[in-house]
Amino acid sequence: MLHSATVAKLLEVKDLQTHFLTRGGVIRAVDGVSWDIDEGETVALVGESGCGKSVTALSIMRLVSLPAGRIVGGHIYFKGRDLLTLGEEEMRRVRGREIGMIFQEPMTSLNPVLTIGRQLTEGLEIHLGMSQADAHRRAVELLGMVGIPDPARRLPQYPHQFSGGMRQRMMIAMALACDPPLILADEPTTALDVTIQAQILELMKGLARRLGVAMLIITHNLGVVARYADRVNVMYAGRIIERGTARELYGRPRHPYTLGLLRSVPRLDEPRRARLAPIDGQPPDLARLPPGCAFAPRCAFRVDRCAHEAPPLEAVGDTGHVSACWESARLQREYEPAH
Amino acid sequence: MSLRTEGATATSGPRMSETGEVLLDVRNLVKHFTVGGGMFGGRGGTVRAVDGVSFTLERGETLGLVGESGCGKTTTGRCILQLERPTSGQVIFEGQDLALLSDADVRPFRRRMQVIFQDPYASLNPRMTVGQILAEPLAVHGLVRDRDGRRTRVRELLTRVGLLPQHADRYPHQMSGGQRQRVGIARALAVEPALIVCDEPVSALDVSIQAQIINLLEDLQAELGLTYLFIAHDLAVVRHISDRVAVMYLGKIVEITDRLQLYENPLHPYTKALLAAVPIPDPVLEAERPRTVLMGEVPSPLNPPPGCVFHPRCPIAIDRCRGEVPPLREVTAGHRAACLLA
Repeated sequence: MLHSATVAKLLEVKDLQTHFLTRGGVIRAVDGVSWDIDEGETVALVGESGCGKSVTALSIMRLVSLPAGRIVGGHIYFKGRDLLTLGEEEMRRVRGREIGMIFQEPMTSLNPVLTIGRQLTEGLEIHLGMSQADAHRRAVELLGMVGIPDPARRLPQYPHQFSGGMRQRMMIAMALACDPPLILADEPTTALDVTIQAQILELMKGLARRLGVAMLIITHNLGVVARYADRVNVMYAGRIIERGTARELYGRPRHPYTLGLLRSVPRLDEPRRARLAPIDGQPPDLARLPPGCAFAPRCAFRVDRCAHEAPPLEAVGDTGHVSACWESARLQREYEPAH
Repeated sequence: MSLRTEGATATSGPRMSETGEVLLDVRNLVKHFTVGGGMFGGRGGTVRAVDGVSFTLERGETLGLVGESGCGKTTTGRCILQLERPTSGQVIFEGQDLALLSDADVRPFRRRMQVIFQDPYASLNPRMTVGQILAEPLAVHGLVRDRDGRRTRVRELLTRVGLLPQHADRYPHQMSGGQRQRVGIARALAVEPALIVCDEPVSALDVSIQAQIINLLEDLQAELGLTYLFIAHDLAVVRHISDRVAVMYLGKIVEITDRLQLYENPLHPYTKALLAAVPIPDPVLEAERPRTVLMGEVPSPLNPPPGCVFHPRCPIAIDRCRGEVPPLREVTAGHRAACLLA
């Protein structure tokens, strides 16, 4: 459980493609996405609804719903093994045991007819082969660790007897139960009130540091990302359009979409602006994406080339900062510094 | 009832609050719900959803109502609209106490007060085209009696909210979330209201679309002299759009003042905690910011704590706070807070 000093790639997603077959055509929800997480690192996947961030997480867990959804290409290397080549039985051992997961809606991801205790001990008994007594002891420990008061008394209770914040703590306890080296957290605080959100995020960050767990945070909230992520991937229409360290990306955005997102939100740390600067237009229809850059129709930096040629991710800084924009150099000239 | 109302757009121009004309005066509003004793035989109880709320809203201004879930902000909005009838208290709108009126007598006022909901998809009839959705209130309230006139007015409304006339033939499911919220706004505007209660109008929308809708709401206010009660949990959005802000906690207003005062000089420890909890989209600032995380959770409104309802979570509570209910008192001119220590 030591925080490893050697920085190895814990998870490496390579050219992942996940498609959905619908009546409207093929939806390329994840369209050739590559990114990685080092051991103990917190990485964010940011984007708006439909950008493919959640499908990416489901793909890692191999939980994309058949028959409509299918992983049609790419690799997901976890500790060097390609998860896409594993049998279902092996994959089941990875879920929960090796990769924990926290979802947005704890109420729908907890079993309403099983006690809190049973839901915690089940995984411990199955994955770790613990005895009932040991699993019970560990469950009490876990609930205490995530800040649920009086854990022994809470174990026989059911999820509906827990508040939203307490349920999310319970989800975190479940994700941590088997000491996984990686946790995927999909909008972990979106359904929570702001003071509870702050509690949960502090808890997650603290535990991740203390236990050396790597974390993928999937969110649309730019503030949450700024507070907690080491590195950030910004997704748009199934692709990563910019990646960098949080400081680099927020301080010197090199993609018009990232810049647009940062400028469209009102901020408490800045004087109130007379008018917000939204991104024009509507989010893209994934069944009818333009041949070039998917953001081009809404982009203020658009040039002719954008309409038919999709820009690749290219280095725009020296700390691994990459952006997929033909005009990133112009963007840099016009918006330096960003704020 | 023969209460006529003046023309909706008689006054125009931005931010009419300097005229000081009170459009809505809410006095000691209380809404209790009785719960329990149902099929599982639980003990019954009274949820004190709104517990003595008072504020005024001047014509042309925007009052932000913020607070976390269960604080009573939505119920307050619904009581003003008379979608819930208050348990007690007054809702004086354009000089008339709506709480005293029968359902039938409230009806003419419904046209003067409209609402925009969080989820435009749930609030638009999926079987009606956008054109039908917008024409319906025009017919129901007898505002435009002939079909052609209604068609023209629908086009006008669509254009006004940034949609195209041809959107009239679409169904809600054929539109994006942002477009649907524009339809929701157009429907509210159709009956020429004076007051619009905006209940979390942008929280279900993507970040890039939120700003579009907020700008639209501001433009419409400037053009039509609308008055907004803007209910939201996002403190940054509320600061942007509001002239004054009220913070609610467990059914009570704990602080109310103008925008600048609330954000620059918050007096109530709950307001301070809320502001501290909002993450700022800047990693450099975030790294330097002290973490003051509010402990505990909001208590049940079934059984609110005695004294100051915030005292169990309050970092500065003293013994007196446990026994004494702090009144919402004016601490400095125009700045009221319900805290013994403010």
